[in-house]
Amino acid sequence: MARINALLLLIVLACAVGVVAAQHNWRKLYMELEREQERMRQLEVEWGQLQLEASTWSARGRIEKVARERLGMKPPEPGQILVVEPGARN
Amino acid sequence: MKFAHSPLLSQLVPGWRGRFVLLLLLAGFAALIARSAFLQTINHDYLQQEGESRYSRVVELSATRGRIVDRHGEILAISTPVKSVFAMLRGVSLTPAQTRELARVLGMDVRELTQKLSAERGFVFVKRQIPPDVADRVAAMNLPGIHQQAEYRRYYPVGDVASHVVGFTGTEDIGQEGMELAFDRQLAGKPGSRRVIQDRLGRIVEDVESIRAPVDGRDVVLSIDNRLQYLAHAALKQAIAEHRAKAGGVVVLDVQTGEILALANLPGYNPNSRVKLAGAQLRNRAFTDTFEPGSTLKPFTIAMALDKGRFRSETVVDTRPGRLTIGNATISDAHPHGLLTVAQVIQKSSNVGAAKIAATLAAQEMWQTFDAVGFGTAPRLGFPGEVGGRLRPYRTWKPIEQATMSYGHGISVSLIQLARAYLVFARDGDLPQLSLARLDAAPDEGRRVFSERTAREVRAMLEMAVLPGGTAPKAQIPGYRVAGKTGTSHKLEGGVYADRYVSSFVGFAPVSAPRLIVAVMIDEPSAGQHYGGAVAAPVFAQLMAGALRAQGIAPDAPLKPVQVAGLQEVREGD
Repeated sequence: MARINALLLLIVLACAVGVVAAQHNWRKLYMELEREQERMRQLEVEWGQLQLEASTWSARGRIEKVARERLGMKPPEPGQILVVEPGARN
Repeated sequence: MKFAHSPLLSQLVPGWRGRFVLLLLLAGFAALIARSAFLQTINHDYLQQEGESRYSRVVELSATRGRIVDRHGEILAISTPVKSVFAMLRGVSLTPAQTRELARVLGMDVRELTQKLSAERGFVFVKRQIPPDVADRVAAMNLPGIHQQAEYRRYYPVGDVASHVVGFTGTEDIGQEGMELAFDRQLAGKPGSRRVIQDRLGRIVEDVESIRAPVDGRDVVLSIDNRLQYLAHAALKQAIAEHRAKAGGVVVLDVQTGEILALANLPGYNPNSRVKLAGAQLRNRAFTDTFEPGSTLKPFTIAMALDKGRFRSETVVDTRPGRLTIGNATISDAHPHGLLTVAQVIQKSSNVGAAKIAATLAAQEMWQTFDAVGFGTAPRLGFPGEVGGRLRPYRTWKPIEQATMSYGHGISVSLIQLARAYLVFARDGDLPQLSLARLDAAPDEGRRVFSERTAREVRAMLEMAVLPGGTAPKAQIPGYRVAGKTGTSHKLEGGVYADRYVSSFVGFAPVSAPRLIVAVMIDEPSAGQHYGGAVAAPVFAQLMAGALRAQGIAPDAPLKPVQVAGLQEVREGD
């Protein structure tokens, strides 16, 4: 009887230690998950800012200004445009 | 010596001492039981709460507002997180050096900052909506009593170009104008919250429950094409400056789908910095302002007459002597034209001709057609402040009113209504609904107003109006066949026609297979010119030429290339 009790006690102790270890491990993993989620949010913010930056750089008004002033471009005259018909390939 | 033989034991202890100790122990137990009963029952809720507050937190989860993008996915409005710096004044005790440093980082005036921090109230915003990198620098200074709060700020990358369509939001991220208001429910996100367990260092170690999941707002895809919107805004801006006009509006429609591809109004505003905004700048004139359209309405009168079979395009109408008296009012043409065919009435824009043709129509017939093309009814696009214009019931029409309505006076429309009505000519007589949201498929055929044959005949007449001999040769575009109609009307002021004008032009191209409608309205041009053919038609030509090219629509009129040198290169690259 005493032997069985001792054995059960050991098993209980082992389980208790296991539970503590599992809980600790779980918390560690959970914190990692939290960190990654935080990083995800920050990257989303950055993505939004980059989108905004890209659309600011590509604003039509700015492109037209750069094309006209810095690159010396102008819209083609009607006579300078040649329409290539899909069937007219050689 | 064994304990049992200790001589001390032989001494008798008075019996009360044992009982006294027992009593003390019992009293101790009783006190413990009473205390624990008190804690477990009466004080339980409070203690439970206090305990939880040591480790449990409710974390707010923010939701972003949806973006507004054009039909090709280019961003028109986007939210990005910013921080607001505030001070809890009781905790603030900054040294002058710290105040100077804070002012420098925030880009504020030192005196202004000192004034804010010395306010009486307990809480004051030092600066709202600053970029995250500046916020990080402020946080790194670790100043007592200076805190931050996360907020979202709405940015409009295209600025004033699309301001009237897109609108804007207030500081609390709620739509106030334009699409931001019309689609607010779709755009707005719902913030959520969740309960978590934190450790000693404030790290989240366990997720207890999600109280409410955050829902991000959905994106809104508009029918607007950013390229055309830019062209429209630029062309309108140039025209308003050139003619020193008070205001103006431009609408571009897709003939096949009824989508609004561009919509610009001036004066406008920059939605990114809305200081000193007046009502005149905010108004989306194309939707909210009506005007008497003038001659742009004549094609509808002619189409009615053609549809009823009472006239053909070569039927001759006598407009001599350029005047027509109905009752005690006289209608006159700018120049007497003599004998005109029905087609020439459009081409030369003869008021007398239109009135004579209208005289053969019943008031009810005219009213029904005007109603069918959408005059007098708000377009119901979900846009705030849409108006329907004025179309009085036909029973109250007097003959002179019916005559003036035939050439667009005594009736008022908004620019968007006028542009939409021209869809019946650009299409083959049917009228689809307009859309401000991008459509994935072309809608079904709209309500039929005129027969296909009538629509084609009017199209041919409208083409004549822009050819030499018409009223708007300035609307021509090299390489394309265009059609359209000018309008010039006196403005009504206090019931009297004043010496101020509204010049308009509505047209479409390419005539062989119409794809785009452009409607232009210039309010009070005051640089000498005021005829639609001189003021609005050039805007049409400039915008339509750019739009056709941007859309990649092939020319349908012969045009000799000026430079043939490029031909070889094209062939090689093909």
